[in-house]
Amino acid sequence: MAMENPTSTGKVPSLNMPYRTFWEKTRPIQVAILFLLPSLILFSVFVFYPLFRTIYLSFFLTNQKGLPTVFVGFDNFIQLFQSADFLQSIEATFLFVLYTVPASVVISLFLALLANEKLKGIHFFRTIFASSLGVSVAAASVTWLFIFNPTMGVLNRMISFFGIPEINWLADPHWALLAVSITTIWLNLGFSFLIILGGLQNIDQSLYESSSIDGAGYFYQLRRITIPMLSPTLFFIMTVSLINAFQTFGQIDLLTGGGPGQTTNLMVYAIYKDAFVNFNFGKASAEVVILFLLILIVTLLQFKFVEKKVHYQ
Amino acid sequence: MSEVELLSVSKLYGNKQPYIIKNLSVTIESGEFFVIVGPSGCGKSTLLRMIAGLEDISEGVLRIGGEMANHWSPSQRDISMVFQNYALYPHLNVRENIIFGLRVKKISHEEREKRLLEACEMLNLTDYLNRKPRELSGGQRQRVALARAIVSQSPICLMDEPLSNLDAKLRAHMRSEIRKIQRQFGTTMIYVTHDQVEAMTMGDRMMILNQGEIQQIGRPIDIYNHPANTFVASFIGSPQMNMCEAYYDGTSQELRINNDLKLTMALPKLKTSTYIIGLRPEYIHIPQPNNSNQTTVQVVINHVELLGNDTLFSFQVNDQQWTAKWNGQWLFEPGDKISIALDADAICVFDKGTRQLVHSSIKQDHDELQKGVLA
Repeated sequence: MAMENPTSTGKVPSLNMPYRTFWEKTRPIQVAILFLLPSLILFSVFVFYPLFRTIYLSFFLTNQKGLPTVFVGFDNFIQLFQSADFLQSIEATFLFVLYTVPASVVISLFLALLANEKLKGIHFFRTIFASSLGVSVAAASVTWLFIFNPTMGVLNRMISFFGIPEINWLADPHWALLAVSITTIWLNLGFSFLIILGGLQNIDQSLYESSSIDGAGYFYQLRRITIPMLSPTLFFIMTVSLINAFQTFGQIDLLTGGGPGQTTNLMVYAIYKDAFVNFNFGKASAEVVILFLLILIVTLLQFKFVEKKVHYQ
Repeated sequence: MSEVELLSVSKLYGNKQPYIIKNLSVTIESGEFFVIVGPSGCGKSTLLRMIAGLEDISEGVLRIGGEMANHWSPSQRDISMVFQNYALYPHLNVRENIIFGLRVKKISHEEREKRLLEACEMLNLTDYLNRKPRELSGGQRQRVALARAIVSQSPICLMDEPLSNLDAKLRAHMRSEIRKIQRQFGTTMIYVTHDQVEAMTMGDRMMILNQGEIQQIGRPIDIYNHPANTFVASFIGSPQMNMCEAYYDGTSQELRINNDLKLTMALPKLKTSTYIIGLRPEYIHIPQPNNSNQTTVQVVINHVELLGNDTLFSFQVNDQQWTAKWNGQWLFEPGDKISIALDADAICVFDKGTRQLVHSSIKQDHDELQKGVLA
């Protein structure tokens, strides 16, 4: 019980709380942790442990089982930055991001604008435009293998119609990265399209009505209403596509295997080869840490410079 | 000239029945404050959007300033419109919201600033020019929407329930504000509302719509006194007009509501038959002693509402609930038995089949009354 305050007259109830144990005081936090526990366990096993283990491994030489043997400090990193192959891999990754992200966003925005019009049978087109969302990377890659085939592929037949000579899309160092990018853009379209269409349909129709009374034309509305109102969605799509592009693996593995030469050897594919083909886990871990930092920096830069132009409601 | 003329205008979606708007003709004069009122779903907003060019006109002709305007684009009609949800651009600040339309019309910078300042001073928005709509209260947003209509200086302004998102006090204030602005600019105003108080207080004339058809067009006070049918009678006025069936006997000149309640009155135009009669709550009076001319009846009160300076109480007449409005504070309890007097001169009589007005004779004609007071 609380001590009677000697100055109190007795009419005012004492504000001293009864003594509580530490266990009782931290009760809300205990409950909160209990609620978080399932996801904390899952994250610990599948995210936090691998993350810290990878950082740990990047400072070691490893044996064939992937167990650390000799501590080498930053040697793995220093060697990587002196390796022409790795720098080439970073360059290819950045080129790939540059080819795929803006194109994905622009094309899916265009498709979403088309599919947002009130036309007969528009639901059919919406389904078609979103359909690549349901196609796995493996199936898409195989399909595009056929399309890119130098002798039988549809693409070469189409360009030969215009008198352009055959291109060996996946084996020509000039074209391979572009070919993989085209496949990736196609794969991205479904998801981006769907999200952007959702964003478009969220825009209050009366804004367009009001501006059409003022006499604003289609492109004026697009520039002054649609794009600004859509900017949070576009920003989300850009961020997600960017991170996805940095992490591309499946298409590379199935279409080019990193070749010809090193032209499509994107970072994640290089990591895969170093870890699971050459069994050099220390080096691969160091590459992973670099990739992680790259994605972090690029995303932060994006938030710093692009988010200023985003209008949240 | 900016009168708006609708000739046999109809609206249906696709070719499917029913009509949203059916064969509607009305002429809205230049500079007039015209209110379209009706219950929700009666087609009043659709009609407004047809005038604005946001909906197609299925049948009939729309004339603006004497010219056929059916196929004009919204901007060609030279109108401004205030939407129910205000349609402010969330990503633009107040200033940009107000001058959005002026930018589209490529009006010079000086002129833009002049009109902006003028409108903002009129509506007390000067301090909020750099705020985004989300940082404004409901009333301020409403004023921004109004300012946008003002700066456009269009001769015709359409408003779609602009006050329905405001609280009661602000609504009363904005009613007079909108009316003042409309008078000042001489705008032709077409104002849609479901609120009969707004319709009564704001309009030069009003049109009552129900299920896409015109019920009545006229001055609010005339509609109040002489409602064209039972729908208008019950829609306009609060509390609504009391109604019930009554039998008129032409030979004894008696209007029998039930065995206890008979009104002696001469209705020479009416045949002996059953009619629907209507009597507004304020025409049920306190019985005056020693007045043989009045019709009194005893009723049992079943509900009382004290409004401060008025008292509303309800009682049963045949199968209908009637309400009376008495001046002053009456501390009745449900179950009290009291005497009331009916003002026979204020009774409206409707045909039972067509529900159209066949007799009304408000004795105090407001024009006559007004002449007596005006200096």
